[in-house]
Amino acid sequence: MTTNPFDADRPPEKERRRDGARREGQNGGRRRRDESLMVPDVTFDSYYGRHIVKPAPWEKEIPAYLFLGGVAAGSALLAAGGAALGYPALRRAGRVGAVGAAALGGAALAKDLGKPSRALNMMRTVKLTSPMSVGSWILTAFSGFSGLALASELGRALIESRSGAGTPGAALARVSRLLEVADGPATVGSALFAPPLAAYTAVLLADTATPTWHESYRELPFVFVSSANLAASGLALVTVPARQNGPARRLAAVSALVETLAFERMQDKLGPTLSEPLRTGKAARLLKASKVLTIAGAVGAVTVGRTRVGAALSGLALMAGSACTRFGVFEAGMTSAIDPRYTVEHQRERLERRRAAGVVDDSITTAR
Amino acid sequence: MGFWRNQLSGPTDPAADAAWDRHEPRKGFFTDTSICIGCKACEVACKEWNGIPEDGLDLLSQSYDNTGALGASTWRHVAFVEQSTERIEQARESGRRLVQLGMPTVRSGDEAAPAPAPAATAVAEPELPDVRWLMASDVCKHCTHAACLDVCPTGALFRTEFGTVVVQDDVCNGCGYCVAACPFGVIERRRGDEGHEGGRQSHGITISTGGADAAHNGEVKNVGIAQKCTLCYDRLGAGQTPACAQACPTTSIKFGDLDDMRATARARVAELHELGYTEARLYGTHENDGVGGTGSVFLLLDEPEVYGLPPDPRVTTADLPDMFRKAGLAGIAMLGMAAAAFVGRKR
Repeated sequence: MTTNPFDADRPPEKERRRDGARREGQNGGRRRRDESLMVPDVTFDSYYGRHIVKPAPWEKEIPAYLFLGGVAAGSALLAAGGAALGYPALRRAGRVGAVGAAALGGAALAKDLGKPSRALNMMRTVKLTSPMSVGSWILTAFSGFSGLALASELGRALIESRSGAGTPGAALARVSRLLEVADGPATVGSALFAPPLAAYTAVLLADTATPTWHESYRELPFVFVSSANLAASGLALVTVPARQNGPARRLAAVSALVETLAFERMQDKLGPTLSEPLRTGKAARLLKASKVLTIAGAVGAVTVGRTRVGAALSGLALMAGSACTRFGVFEAGMTSAIDPRYTVEHQRERLERRRAAGVVDDSITTAR
Repeated sequence: MGFWRNQLSGPTDPAADAAWDRHEPRKGFFTDTSICIGCKACEVACKEWNGIPEDGLDLLSQSYDNTGALGASTWRHVAFVEQSTERIEQARESGRRLVQLGMPTVRSGDEAAPAPAPAATAVAEPELPDVRWLMASDVCKHCTHAACLDVCPTGALFRTEFGTVVVQDDVCNGCGYCVAACPFGVIERRRGDEGHEGGRQSHGITISTGGADAAHNGEVKNVGIAQKCTLCYDRLGAGQTPACAQACPTTSIKFGDLDDMRATARARVAELHELGYTEARLYGTHENDGVGGTGSVFLLLDEPEVYGLPPDPRVTTADLPDMFRKAGLAGIAMLGMAAAAFVGRKR
């Protein structure tokens, strides 16, 4: 194995090369290289274990926004349903939740920028190839409609309470009338922009070179919309009296089912390599917690959701579960970008598959 | 329809797609790593010309490399890899395999079918040395389909008339999306404390320890802004050669019209193969690859990942239409779930 006399003075090659990239406690025997048993090495090589693609320079604000955006979107849907079918408490809580979560989420986004003072540069252009640009406009439209719906909610309540004291002024009556007219369109608008708000964040993560995020693009939107529903139904279970929380309980049940199925499917489709970041380390702990909390919350909502305390506890579990999902997926993506193994192995496999199928004209490395 | 089909992937002329009416020939680099001597003149010239702040002067204790990777303040990065005979033999073997694959075949039918792969094994291969150093100056690829540019939400990144990709540092708001999108890990947000006391590195990522450092005292410009090679846009406009290519003492870095660069690269790799160096291969010269061909092409002497380059990069936005379709379906599913929740007994 020694190739020249000086090798004894050098650190062994495999240590420099390979082990630098690997995290502790993850010595999969498959990749340990025994040079005496070598078959042509087509698996993992890297430049001193350094990452190839860069991880997104995003901090905790981004997964927090993923969660808050979900809360906002789901709450708007519950509010719209509540407005249409006569659940006033659900409507009110949904509207407050939608605006509050959207505002907090927007603030989190601005804070994470490298230059927060230029946050409004997001509005410089409309760019369909940029999910972040599309998302900024979705968030803007959603916030506009939801804000109007909340204004209508609060404004009318305020005017009504004051009109009790005497005859309302003409101006006040006009405002009241205006808010009443605006209520319907605002509710519809906010409900229409809710699904895009919940789903685009999945595209936001998937439209990157981060291996685990990108390759999960087919299922991630389904995970994220159900997670949004779960978070919003959780908030409703906490805030709405038990009399009116029927829709929230049912939403929790159906969304928990969809999320679990979509997540399992996503893991399967990612394959053993790219799903590894979801199954190991911090991400795995978060995602396991998410699963437990989500199922416990959904079961709780269905069984004890008619009691005030049971509903509130289930709601908290559901919200925590949704937050864990977002942070877990975020963490897994960061891991997959930082460890070059995920970039190289996945791309090598893809390349070898194409070559085996006889496609040889679309490789970036060529002999001519 | 041809125009739209190639907006996200496949061969195209990026400057024309960006609606430039003043049409300059596409410019690019050809970095021939077989004659790189690792002097880092390109790194220094780049820093000097572009006024890039210092980001660490220490060697990384792994090789003669002291910048590690491309980043916000490293727009040219010289990689150093020491290899034993075994590794060289492996590299030669993988090169031989590439030659035997006979890639790439010509897709458009107007050219004659390519000649069968030259019988590389017939040429006497030079004897394998005991040890060799790979040295390679890496740089932004200025992709035909640049993911960084596609995903930039503010329009700070733009396509120049030379077909290159440049950040406008007065527009960028530091969202960091381009950083995650680049399949080569080139562009990065400048932290400002790289290499200064208080910052430390792990996996090539600078970890902040916060506090009053160069990032916050105004010493470093464009903190929080995404930065990368501009292919010296300012010099190009004046008909000059980019600083790195100008400084390179061995002509390892060549600059010119991209068509010429590709032709030079092909001629050079053929020459090396004729001499028996089958480990030589090209990187980025063909426009059917995952990024539509790169504006910076390379001649490598081993697999790309050995140099820290991705073996099969693919512009992420190529899948964007499908992503939006899936998101649309998910949105409908969300409405469906909400509707289902309101069905049933009211209480």
